[in-house]
Amino acid sequence: MNLQACLLLSSGLFCVGLYGLLTRRNAIGILLSIEVMANAANLNFVAFSRYSGAGYGQVFALFVLALTVAEVAVGLALVMALFRSHRDALVELASAFRH
Amino acid sequence: MTPGFIIAALLIFAASIFTVRSSKLVHAVLWLGAMLASTAVLFIQLDAPFLAGIQLLLYVGGVMTLMIFGVMLTKKSGDGELRTESAPALRGLVISLALFGLLAGGIFSMTNGAPALQKPEEVASIAASVLGEHWLAFETLSVLLLAAMVGAILLARKRDAGAPESGKASPR
Repeated sequence: MNLQACLLLSSGLFCVGLYGLLTRRNAIGILLSIEVMANAANLNFVAFSRYSGAGYGQVFALFVLALTVAEVAVGLALVMALFRSHRDALVELASAFRH
Repeated sequence: MTPGFIIAALLIFAASIFTVRSSKLVHAVLWLGAMLASTAVLFIQLDAPFLAGIQLLLYVGGVMTLMIFGVMLTKKSGDGELRTESAPALRGLVISLALFGLLAGGIFSMTNGAPALQKPEEVASIAASVLGEHWLAFETLSVLLLAAMVGAILLARKRDAGAPESGKASPR
């Protein structure tokens, strides 16, 4: 395995996540797609740290993991709020939060 | 490219496609778990065993449980409608394929395309880096986790149950 294969895999993963982000209508489905994208970014950090030897890559990946967990907690709470007010978790319903 | 890497990469990619395409949300969450677990396998191959363990504990253990609870709590009768109409699906496909083309072009035109493997990082050096050089980011992260916890409770709390208390507390 070399660096380019890892980068290619993680960019493919990122684009799959982007596709899910653009096509899902359920808020939890969108959260899942964001998880896929964050995982792709993490894979990049680890691959770069393995091949550059700089040593910060895994530290960054750890921080990304913690950030994603916090994001999932808040995101699911938002989904709950959306579901409670509309009895459904489709994101287009959230346009009502504007007014 | 070792066969182990190819197998792990195929698993990750297939599971991610099933994650974004499966029509039942519970299946999508389970596929996400499969993707995260095979990413942990890839982390082990990249000599990051500590990160692989954290990934399994935090993601496959924590986030997936949270997600499944979220799916179960927001379930309507049946699994709810999830398919999107065809126009946004095509648009999403075009946009993500274009982005992938751009990224792949960039990757293949890297000047230093195949750098040599370096010495793998040890867990002790990761710990020294997190708690030594990056202590401020670490402490900020703990504040962020606290804020996320409080915010999640505040957002998910039942509004009517808390209404009289908040009315009492507001004149302060």
